[in-house]
Amino acid sequence: MLALDPAFLAVQALSGLSSASSLFITACGLTIVFGVTRIVNFAHGSLYMIGAYTAATLVPRLLELSFGPVTFWAGILASAIIVGLIGVIIEVLLLRRIYGAPELFQLLATFGIVLVVQDLVVQVFGPQDILGPRAPGLRAPVEILGRRFPSYELVLIAAGPIVLGLVWLLLRKTRFGVLVRAATQDRDMVASLGVNQALLFTGTLFLGAFLAGLGGALQIPRVSANTGMDLSIIAEAFVVTVVGGMGSVPGAFLAALIIGQLQAFGILIFPKSTLVVVFLLMAVVLAIRPHGFFGRAEIVGGTHAVGIASRSPLPGRHFILLVVIAVLAAFPLVADAYLLKVATEILIFALFAFSLQLLIGVGGVVSFGHAAFFGLGAYGAALAVKWYGVSMEAALPLGLALAALGAGLVGAFVVRLSGIYLAMMTLAAAQILYAVAFQWVEVTGGDNGIVGVWPSSWASGPIPYYLLTAALTVVAVLLLKRIIDAPFGYSLRAARDSESRAEAIGLKVRQHRWLAFMIAGAAAGLAGGIYAFSRGSVDPSLLGISTSVDALTMLLLGGIQTMMGPLVGAAALHGLRDWIMPLTPLWRLLLGLSIIAMVLIFPRGLVGTVRDWWGART
Amino acid sequence: MTLLAVNGLHKSFGGVVAARDVSFTVARGEMLAIIGPNGAGKSTVFNMVGGQLRPDRGQVLLDGQDITHASPQKRFRRGVGRTFQVAQTFLSMSAAENVQMALISCNRQSNGFWAPARERHRDKAVGLLSRVGMAEAADTPCSALAYGDVKRVELAIALAGQPKLLLMDEPTAGMAPRERAALMDLTGSIAEAQGIGVLFTEHDMDVVFGHAARVLVLLRGQIIAAGAPDEVRQDEQVKRAYLGDARALEPLRGGSPA
Ligand SMILES: Nc1ncnc2c1ncn2[C@@H]1O[C@H](COP(=O)(O)OP(=O)(O)OP(=O)(O)O)[C@@H](O)[C@H]1O
Ligand SMILES: [Mg+2]
Repeated sequence: MLALDPAFLAVQALSGLSSASSLFITACGLTIVFGVTRIVNFAHGSLYMIGAYTAATLVPRLLELSFGPVTFWAGILASAIIVGLIGVIIEVLLLRRIYGAPELFQLLATFGIVLVVQDLVVQVFGPQDILGPRAPGLRAPVEILGRRFPSYELVLIAAGPIVLGLVWLLLRKTRFGVLVRAATQDRDMVASLGVNQALLFTGTLFLGAFLAGLGGALQIPRVSANTGMDLSIIAEAFVVTVVGGMGSVPGAFLAALIIGQLQAFGILIFPKSTLVVVFLLMAVVLAIRPHGFFGRAEIVGGTHAVGIASRSPLPGRHFILLVVIAVLAAFPLVADAYLLKVATEILIFALFAFSLQLLIGVGGVVSFGHAAFFGLGAYGAALAVKWYGVSMEAALPLGLALAALGAGLVGAFVVRLSGIYLAMMTLAAAQILYAVAFQWVEVTGGDNGIVGVWPSSWASGPIPYYLLTAALTVVAVLLLKRIIDAPFGYSLRAARDSESRAEAIGLKVRQHRWLAFMIAGAAAGLAGGIYAFSRGSVDPSLLGISTSVDALTMLLLGGIQTMMGPLVGAAALHGLRDWIMPLTPLWRLLLGLSIIAMVLIFPRGLVGTVRDWWGART
Repeated sequence: MTLLAVNGLHKSFGGVVAARDVSFTVARGEMLAIIGPNGAGKSTVFNMVGGQLRPDRGQVLLDGQDITHASPQKRFRRGVGRTFQVAQTFLSMSAAENVQMALISCNRQSNGFWAPARERHRDKAVGLLSRVGMAEAADTPCSALAYGDVKRVELAIALAGQPKLLLMDEPTAGMAPRERAALMDLTGSIAEAQGIGVLFTEHDMDVVFGHAARVLVLLRGQIIAAGAPDEVRQDEQVKRAYLGDARALEPLRGGSPA
């Protein structure tokens, strides 16, 4: 086989080194920014993408003026500096307002930037991919053991260690570097800096964004700048920083080296999916070392979890419940088919968001990959229909069971982790499933997904299916609410409020969280199954990051500190989307700006704000 | 009768030795105080007895049974209750619910899925709160209580587990001087009535010398003196350890400083 050919192995190892270099340069910026600000910057991938677009546009113009290697490299550097300045703008306008906010809000706000940048990049650079020029002087490939190898890749291989060396000098030999290291070691020290703190943070963002931009700009001779770059690089950069230990530059370098080789040789084992191998590595490393290679426990921001607090039961709650059920049941009398379809989807997403509330609002477990269980439920049901020809009545519970099983597996890994490591691990789990659904074409249908997933005849048609969805959602939500009010839900809250107190009164925190994962997964799986039958098909996007973020946005919109917030948030987000999306191509920009505005202006969400207003009045 | 026996406990963090060959015993119904300057290693010892930290060496025996490697949860079931230096309560719950949680766990109902938690063991919880003088605040969220009151709630939580051994890391920090004496009097009477051994630490020497039957002095992780309060107060080494603040060990006469 090919694999035994030494030339092939050498070339494979070299290309592993060059992707390691690129990955390190980008991830290094992410980890430095995290070390100082304790913010996991989702927008780091967007900065990388802007770097690539800027360089691919700028460098050819410069080369027209004067052709030569100096111009090329000056263009790359200029692009990186431009991105660094964009980083400064982001810090000044947004980040410095959320340093004290809970992790979840920070993640969502920076994801808001991702959405904004996605639309802006298309507006500024146009919808086409842009292929950059090749580097002057590095066009001819070199021969390695008789095989041709692009010489530009050799330059990239050198770039990683060079950047590592320069960053090392910067951190060791300059006052700025001393401050960066001190801030990374000891959070309290930052507060004592006073005025300098603002400068330090802005400077750090410049450095981080500069490195992201450099990483992106260096790609232009290899790949064309495209709109999918941001999410694919951020997923890999997350893995590198998490495996290396958040905040550790040498850790990022080591992790990038390992991951580069894994990607290069993983192709031999899993020809289609190196992503799976990479995420599995992360799972294994975190299972053994919950803070990565060189990470430390203290560094993970201990920002208090926000969530549901005890409230005395609402006086007329049984009456309100009856009214809600009556309204839901009577809705088909007044609604047309389109409205019924919208209402059905709102109910499904309400259940999905509510299941996430059990983890986040109740348990303080910030899962960033809840789409995994929604998708498992949907695929479980669809696969049961496609391969075993079962009816909807059997497929829905099968989907639910698959999701619960998946959640049990993921949960077993992640309940040992905390904070940002947990968020990243859940995200990774969802990405693995996404990759599987995307690439295991024979079973899942790949990109096209599975079609022909229709409900049984008694439930087909807009009205019966709406009623079925409403009934299942109401029952599931009521059951979940019961669990939240029962000792089990209280135990989850106890562990969220104070883990050491919970342990000192004998609560088995991990066991409770694990069970919560399975229950939340099952409920999300039920929602996913219902969704599959409502559309008649499933596709990998159900498992994607944006589905997870949808659920998080619904929580944020409705209010994380409220029990009913997610339900209202689901209606609001879905309603807005249906209304606004057809009117404008800039939906993502609007959504991103709204997410940022919500984090900044009313973090308590719709229900929370109304409740506080009501409380202040009476 | 020995309730707790600690033998040769040792713990270091990197280069810092926080506990060095620490040995002592606590009898049933006895109040034992550990004192020492900041950073002496008091909390480290509490955490090794409570299960929050693993010792590098040494043994912790409760009622003769080795619990050195038991989890905090197991120790709770064996009868170890504790309060923390920085009070640890469930801030999203009312004072009563905090105590109810301990009772729920004690009765192994924490996996209950149906009957609401707020209705379980409510009367007993309010009873425990009234013992520490917090009955009126039963329905107040813990997040709205003054710090001294939170410390009281924490004591009620610890008592809810019907402990044999009570660990109190600076139980009266954040309270007014008069309240401190009252709380420690109360702790003393409960300990005596129920035969609970109490291990506590305090920076307020009035509290220490007024309530402890025996005092251990810890300095840089090592026990430098042990004995009845009066003996310890006269010890030259102890005086030197508190050098610069030599009067810290003298009993206060008249009113307390604010
Ligand atoms: N988790 C830890 N990691 C590193 N060092 C620690 C840790 N916990 C305690 N130490 C160190 O161990 C020593 C003893 O700390 P400890 O908290 O036990 O002191 P203490 O006597 O309780 O002090 P205080 O009166 O201020 O509460 C200190 O030097 C402290 O810095
Ligand atoms: Mg202490």
